[in-house]
Amino acid sequence: MIQNKLALLAIPLLPLLGAVLAGFFGRALGRTFAHSVTILGVTGAFTLSCFVFQDVQAGQAFNGAVYTWLVTDGIPLQVGFLIDSLTVTMMLVVTFVSLMVHIYTIGYMAEDEGYTRFFAYISLFTFSMLMLVMSNNFLQLFFGWEAVGLVSYLLIGFWYKRPTAIYANLKAFLVNRVGDFGFLLGIGLIFAYFGTLDYGTVFSQAAKFKDTLIEVVPGWHWALLTAICICLFIGAMGKSAQFPLHVWLPDSMEGPTPISALIHAATMVTAGIFMVARMSPLFEMSQTALAFVLAIGSITAFFMALIAIVQYDIKRVVAYSTLSQLGYMTMALGAGAYQAGIFHLMTHAFFKAVLFLGAGSVIIAMHHEQDMRKMGGLRKYLPITYFTVLIGALANAGFPPFAGFFSKDSIIEAIHMSQTPGHIIAYYAALAGVFVGGLYSFRLVFFAFHGKERFHDDAYGHAHDHAHDKHDAHDKHDDHADHEHHGLAPGEKPHETPWVVTLPLILLAIPSVLIGWMAIEPMLYGNYFIDSIVPTDTMAMMKKEFHGAWAMVTHGLMTPPFWLALGGAATAWYCYILKPELPAKIRAAFAAPVKLLEEKYYFDRFNDWFFAAGARNLGRGLWKFGDVTIIDGIMVNGTAKLIGWFSGVARKVQTGYLYTYAFTMIIGVFGFLTIVYFKLR
Amino acid sequence: MQSSSITLSLTIWVPILAGVLTLFLNSERQKDSARWVALIGSILGLAVAIPLWTGFDNASSAMQFVERTSWVSRFNINYALGVDGISMLFVLLNSFTTILVVIAAWEVIQDKVSQYLAAFLIMSGLINGVFAATDAILFYLFFEAMLIPMFLIIGVWGGPRRVYAAVKFFLYTLLGSLLMLAALIYLYNVTNGSFDISDYHRVPLGMTAQTLLFFAFFASFSVKVPMWPVHTWLPDAHVEAPTGGSVILAAITLKIGAYGFLRFNLPIAPDASHALAGFMITLSLIAVVYIGFVALAQTDMKKLVAYSSISHMGFVTLGFFIFNAQGMEGGLVQMVSHGFISAAMFLCIGVLYDRVHSREISAYGGVVNTMPKFAFFAVLFGMANSGLPATSGFVGEFMVILGAMKVNFWFAFAAAITLILGAAYTLWMVKRVVFGDIANDDVRALKDLNGREMLFLSILAIAVLVMGIWPQPFTDVMHSSVDALLKHVATGKLN
Repeated sequence: MIQNKLALLAIPLLPLLGAVLAGFFGRALGRTFAHSVTILGVTGAFTLSCFVFQDVQAGQAFNGAVYTWLVTDGIPLQVGFLIDSLTVTMMLVVTFVSLMVHIYTIGYMAEDEGYTRFFAYISLFTFSMLMLVMSNNFLQLFFGWEAVGLVSYLLIGFWYKRPTAIYANLKAFLVNRVGDFGFLLGIGLIFAYFGTLDYGTVFSQAAKFKDTLIEVVPGWHWALLTAICICLFIGAMGKSAQFPLHVWLPDSMEGPTPISALIHAATMVTAGIFMVARMSPLFEMSQTALAFVLAIGSITAFFMALIAIVQYDIKRVVAYSTLSQLGYMTMALGAGAYQAGIFHLMTHAFFKAVLFLGAGSVIIAMHHEQDMRKMGGLRKYLPITYFTVLIGALANAGFPPFAGFFSKDSIIEAIHMSQTPGHIIAYYAALAGVFVGGLYSFRLVFFAFHGKERFHDDAYGHAHDHAHDKHDAHDKHDDHADHEHHGLAPGEKPHETPWVVTLPLILLAIPSVLIGWMAIEPMLYGNYFIDSIVPTDTMAMMKKEFHGAWAMVTHGLMTPPFWLALGGAATAWYCYILKPELPAKIRAAFAAPVKLLEEKYYFDRFNDWFFAAGARNLGRGLWKFGDVTIIDGIMVNGTAKLIGWFSGVARKVQTGYLYTYAFTMIIGVFGFLTIVYFKLR
Repeated sequence: MQSSSITLSLTIWVPILAGVLTLFLNSERQKDSARWVALIGSILGLAVAIPLWTGFDNASSAMQFVERTSWVSRFNINYALGVDGISMLFVLLNSFTTILVVIAAWEVIQDKVSQYLAAFLIMSGLINGVFAATDAILFYLFFEAMLIPMFLIIGVWGGPRRVYAAVKFFLYTLLGSLLMLAALIYLYNVTNGSFDISDYHRVPLGMTAQTLLFFAFFASFSVKVPMWPVHTWLPDAHVEAPTGGSVILAAITLKIGAYGFLRFNLPIAPDASHALAGFMITLSLIAVVYIGFVALAQTDMKKLVAYSSISHMGFVTLGFFIFNAQGMEGGLVQMVSHGFISAAMFLCIGVLYDRVHSREISAYGGVVNTMPKFAFFAVLFGMANSGLPATSGFVGEFMVILGAMKVNFWFAFAAAITLILGAAYTLWMVKRVVFGDIANDDVRALKDLNGREMLFLSILAIAVLVMGIWPQPFTDVMHSSVDALLKHVATGKLN
């Protein structure tokens, strides 16, 4: 199987075929055709991935080119696959979550006129993501990297009539481009020094460049590998929404919920994590780069979690939770525990997909109402959704024995044991984040599913609109006009969503419970990743402390993370069940810090003012002053005027009157003769 | 492939003859005949150029398909033609683009149809002559002659400020052309009476002579590219030109400037080129970054794409003057790719202009609601213009950035800013024009693409994707000639 190049090629190409068919013929051949053909494609990709997984388990691997993209200077740049344990893990996660989301979409998008287009997009995304993870070289990695960005752009702006959606997708694309800018420079550095873009060659030669210094700024020497790793990581910061390039992810919630689950939680945003793990042979050679990674991860994990506490939009709570969890994964990478990062990536993919799809289920049941202040007591009406979201929240908060516990606890342990500079501070940030994680996860559960029913409570505006007003200064369109009326009709009660929605929830909830338990030993402490991730001291030390998954659970009950998470959950219970009037009082008492969180630390405002408006004004200035005034005004038109003036003078001489010419001639002859006379004398 | 070949002559004279024929079909009821003759002529023009591709020897860096006939024997001027890996693709690109221009004009141009089409066909032949000429005077002749149809196209079928645009262009071009002629005459003397360009490549020259020659050619070609700061004629010319004029201007004539650098500056003055590389790279990077910002501020779609062209051409000149294979081949790839993408962008703008008669971004909004097919192409080409991988726009930029990194981190850094800026100005325009709710009644009344428009946009879309997914056939053609040129430049002429 794994040695069959054609079969490997089929894995990404089947979803692509589905996308093309649904995209070009979906309108003509109908909805059933569109979702059948795409689901068939993704099912095929998933099935084939399972077979490949078996082969990888049996110790096989594949690394080879598919075709040569181009040759430059004798160096071939190829499109090719590297299939090992890391790749196949990603392939399984991507195809499985994608399949679930495809099924879910049948229910979620049932009333949308862009139904077939949506299926084409998510299948195209699956193709792009598979190309990204299956790559064996930096060129194709960048291909996939940008291609998933493109699909993300298309999907965030899926409802293209909404000003907020097309604002968010442009923002997402551009912020990602900032990351890609760094990423491309990193690739450029690799090409310049290694003379190849092939992973295998680069990794095997990395040791040779361990002590190479480059002088980027005169007099300031950098280790080459540090520069490369930091450049690459800037790419990861864009894609995986790490501080300060995190700003696009919350806004990406403008897209339909299924893609928030698939792209902006489970798969695409983890591409950066995957990439760094893939590059572990490079990152392991630069303590500086690792420290940078760890610092960025800590900031993201802690500060983004805080914002989740003040959000009312159910999707945005989950979005900020995603940011925070991505921060944890990044911290794991910075601590040298790549396996733990990938492990968390996997568990997170399942439980965050549950949370998002669960939130989506609530949103359908509430007729596109996203404000939690208008929910409450939903568990009665949406039992399956409630139950699965509860599992998701427990996993997200890291309660044993749910999947998130194993991965998050491993990360915290890894940070504790790592030797990366700054790991002590990171450790406390991670611990604090656990408390906040418990708080926001259960705030969501209690706020939306417990307590008083507030469906027909008109005390609050629509969170949906409210959230947009702030950042949309230059889109002066009427926001409300585009939205179909949302919320329940008076007296109407929500009811459970159809099976196409709940089935994926259940199928994703199962691994959210079990996968941590099952996978921790082989993935972290076994030989599963032996062929793809370099062994590190951190992992070796952790292995000494590990005595099986069950022991970890029992031990986990006595460690700070568990009590912190419990504390967070208890706080949420106290504030939203026991004393529901308390949050408002807290808000009033701590107006300034709450405002800071509501404004997301003013990043959006700063970016809009400094980068967006700044760039436009700079452009206008350069244009009006540089091009119009200096070049055109002075140089071009000035030349023209000068010539015009000169010819004006010259023209005056040519009057057309014979006597003027005769007179000039006489004067001329006289002058000439005078000169000749004096010369000759 | 020896002197018996007439392929290149055919690529020059078939379109010109077709153009002349079209010119005779100038009465009102012959409009359709004129269109068909022009279409068949342009397709024939591409057909006769196909052997250049199929019969091309990738392993050779020498001129191929050479033709040589004495023309003015008193001055040793020859009708000498030939193409190498540097010029061959542009003959094809030009012949290809001419077909699109003819199709694009089909129903749109109703006034003086035969003259319009004839101008394009004749220009197409002349431009092929520019790329194929290996005799300096023949080159100069084609180089100047091709301006005439372009002036006419802007001047007759252009917008309200066409005279200003034409005069501006003229002012820019005049000085450069004269200096180039002077340089050619100087070289004629140095080589004891030869106008063969390859003789100029070989003749030893001192540093002063090289520097002066470099600037003489620079004056001519930098305007054509156009490089900062002699670029301001381009936005005006584009704005005033009819769609077809813009397409040819962006897709082909800009390439002639860049081609001139490779054919004249680098090989004739290699040491001066090296000495002035910093100067050229600086100008190129200013074009990339400064113009990128300027593009962001544009409110007129054509101006925006015109500035985007300048910025993209900055990559080309940057690639040429970093003197490595990635840079030079990247620059050439970028030239071809930009030919496709800029043509597509201008055709897209033309599609909208034909319907609404405005180029202002603010006159649109929510076009996707009424023109979904158009929106598909607009987003595709917008992405290609932003350099998205798997489109041709990525290939050249990627290679030039790789090449620049080999030379200096900061060159690559500045060039890579286009990743952000290019996406910003292009996609912001796409957002404001294509996305959103229907902005006004003009947009509400829009009809989606017709079959003819689907045809030319599809052809370009395929070209953009094929070149992005598999650029190897394009680069394989270049290797030998680029390697030979780089070796020649590295050796220099001083010893």
